Amino acid sequence: MKRVSYDVVILGGGPAGLAAATKLAKSGLKVLLIENRKHLGGIPVQCIHTGFGLLYFKRDVAGTEFAQELVDMFLSTEADYMVKAHVTEIREKSHGVYELFAITRSGVCRIESKGLIYAAGARERSIFEIWVTGERPEGVYTAGEAQALMDLYGIMPGRDVVIIGSGDVGLIMARRFAVEGANVKAVVEIMPYPGGLIRNVVWCLQDFNIPLLLSHMVRRIEGRSRVEKVVVCRVDEDLNPIPGSEFELKCDTVIVSAGLRPDVDLLAKLGVELEPTTGGPVVNDLLEASKPRLHVAGNALLINDLVDYAVEQGEWAAEGLLERLNEKEVYKAGIKVKVGEGLRFVVPHYISGLRDVTFYMRAQKPMNDVVLEVDEIGFQVELYKARPAEIIRIKIPVRALARSKEVGTITFNARST
Amino acid sequence: MVLRVIIVGAGVIGASIAYVFSTIKNVEVIVVEKEPDVCWGVSKANTGIIHPGHEEDPRAHPLRAKLCVEGNKIWREWSSLMNIPFEERGELMIFTTLEERREALKYVEFAKLNNVPGVSLLEGQEVLMLERGVAPSVLGAVYAKTAGIISPFEATITLIENSVANGAKLLVNTEVKRIIIENGEVRGVETNRGIIDGDVVVNAAGLYSDKLAHTAGVELDFKIRPRRGQYIVFERDVEPKPRVILHTTPTPLTKGVYVVTTVHGNLLIGPTAEDLDYDEKENTATTETGLEQLIKEASKIYRIPPRSKVIRFFSGLRPEPPDGNWLIKAYDDPWGLISVAGIRSPGLTAAPAIAYYVKEIVEEVFDLKFEGKEEIKVIKSMERMAEKSYKEIDKLIRQNPDYGEVVCYCNVVSKAEVLEALRRTLEIGAVPTIDGVKFRTTAGFGRCQGSKCRINVAQIISEVTGKPLHAVMWRRSPIGIGDVKVLLRQEI
Repeated sequence: MKRVSYDVVILGGGPAGLAAATKLAKSGLKVLLIENRKHLGGIPVQCIHTGFGLLYFKRDVAGTEFAQELVDMFLSTEADYMVKAHVTEIREKSHGVYELFAITRSGVCRIESKGLIYAAGARERSIFEIWVTGERPEGVYTAGEAQALMDLYGIMPGRDVVIIGSGDVGLIMARRFAVEGANVKAVVEIMPYPGGLIRNVVWCLQDFNIPLLLSHMVRRIEGRSRVEKVVVCRVDEDLNPIPGSEFELKCDTVIVSAGLRPDVDLLAKLGVELEPTTGGPVVNDLLEASKPRLHVAGNALLINDLVDYAVEQGEWAAEGLLERLNEKEVYKAGIKVKVGEGLRFVVPHYISGLRDVTFYMRAQKPMNDVVLEVDEIGFQVELYKARPAEIIRIKIPVRALARSKEVGTITFNARST
Repeated sequence: MVLRVIIVGAGVIGASIAYVFSTIKNVEVIVVEKEPDVCWGVSKANTGIIHPGHEEDPRAHPLRAKLCVEGNKIWREWSSLMNIPFEERGELMIFTTLEERREALKYVEFAKLNNVPGVSLLEGQEVLMLERGVAPSVLGAVYAKTAGIISPFEATITLIENSVANGAKLLVNTEVKRIIIENGEVRGVETNRGIIDGDVVVNAAGLYSDKLAHTAGVELDFKIRPRRGQYIVFERDVEPKPRVILHTTPTPLTKGVYVVTTVHGNLLIGPTAEDLDYDEKENTATTETGLEQLIKEASKIYRIPPRSKVIRFFSGLRPEPPDGNWLIKAYDDPWGLISVAGIRSPGLTAAPAIAYYVKEIVEEVFDLKFEGKEEIKVIKSMERMAEKSYKEIDKLIRQNPDYGEVVCYCNVVSKAEVLEALRRTLEIGAVPTIDGVKFRTTAGFGRCQGSKCRINVAQIISEVTGKPLHAVMWRRSPIGIGDVKVLLRQEI
């Protein structure tokens, strides 16, 4: 077994991992980035649509371009990287020192590292997780798989398509199928509002006359060999099927875009504390998880709707790790961040009150004329509207946060005025 | 004289019979299967239990009782010989009411009559001592030590591999239209691919064995009814998972629901028991009510994880014969036809014993005494890299770097294993498909259900078979309907 040792190891060669690795390598550390797919760049490599980079590069580029720029930046550093390397286990050897086992074409590699950035992305929820029953014929794909088939491998997965879920990936795939000449019958969304960004509803559905069925669900799939049809029905306010509202949509392909969950199996096995609402780990304002010098960024931390946020988190996690590597004492981030009215989650979960912090949060339901308030520190900001599909990202300066030190908690509330 | 035996159906029954006949001198074995690969019907989707035999009423179903007890013993020999994943776990038939307790006592009695060893009655806390995680409210259980668990598709595939290695021939994508009879004797079968001559036809056609029998003009009243069983599979890392096989006590009203940890480490609950119409032989749909009922029943005896831990649900069909009686017999007319039909539970357990029983029937019909081959080749079931230590994996990779290329991330399956599965598929004469690879390697059985690895597997199949990527088969259909970038690649 090959043994290697690095100052820091980054798990995941997508935007968050590349951004973190670039930053750490530039600071002079010995860095290794590990990716399990064949290429660096992560999911944006299979995204030929634009909408990437407005915040980070200040211009609108396609996913492929965005990924390439990040890869180029990374490759200009001294950092090492492995592709087609599958990490099966992370062990904590001693305080803040980790050992990873990676299966590679040159053997099992045992990698020791003094710090870790975990940026392994997310996984898609499958048709089973959303409890769609019926037959199980060929032609049921997750949106990400269909996207990879089309834009990495050139395969056209279907002709007559029904999409379950109106998250951004589902909307983008609706347009992608339409552009290739498929007949997209409908996008079926169980909630009374779309799951994706408004711009994607307009650009991907309205511009292509694709029906969006809100408050509808796919009850079952029918088809012996290949998908033949889906049975759809309306749902009431509690999301229960309305009897008698069933109808059929003929199709040969079902695309499941039922949301993403942070891919944190390795962290769970390591005993890292996880948080059920985001599905990701509990972190402090250095994006450090409950294990020392283990920082998390990108969709492994929370499901982002803009890749720019993942890059931001990658750099933030890298800065956080750098700080922790220089520090001898235990980092104190004892101020608890609480989720108050109108919100599903707020990340990070703990802060120190010693630095500026960017908070990411998601609204529980669509609201207009919202005031976001943190009562303990008298912080207030007006938002025109809040939608669950769009992450609310608020940067609060240290001078405001410092006030929370006496109270020990801060509570975020999104209130309609 | 060489006896030519045609076995219709490559499920676990057909595969067991093929294996037994392939070890005999002067027998030529031909297995005919309508699907592109073996084990795509009844044998694929069940609980995978090797029953002890104490649930069979020896008065009502003497043959079932006898062959079940025998089968339980033979599987141990076969699985250790061929390295088929099998584990003796013991089982607890748990009762929660006094009525169920009365019912359960019946099985203790059956155990005595059937000579099943290791069956005892446990009361209250004794159950919890054997298996923590069992609902504390249970009254007691019947414990049966010899219950085991097997991977039914790996068992079937391995048996076919061993049959072929010992001279049997498998014909896939070959659907038998009728049994050919001349002057009251079997002459062979007519298939969609032509006529196959044979002296003996063994009807092991599963759900369709009634229809096949009818083409020979026999058993016209014998009709198989599909009984659907739905299952729910949970992630491997749920807690707790039972070590012992658990099931509720079957009563005249409710059939037993199992809670087991599969040989691959997943928590599995099921089945339901729904009698479908005679013509619903392909209806493997799942239903909301069925799945909800399963969770409700299973929760009576064990702590069932939340729905968010479900990775898959599926249905299997069992061929339910009239009155539950297996139809295993030969005929004077047509001479040479052997029915092995309506093999409902415990068919998987009894399969090897059924195979030896069929051998005896053929000996009797043809008035001959078979002699075993001097040398019998043994093919071991595929090994899994994920079950090995890092040291062993490292060694494997040094011998063959394809072991170092992980294609299924959830279950850690390597390219080398996929290649081996494809080699084995081609070796028996079956068609490589994504599902075939899944059953042989477990790639795609993990939490992502293939959304990440399906394309990796498809690429390897494409490399091996030379088929374009979009034409690679996922069960019966290609993964894509075409290639969107042909022009770009200048492949025209």
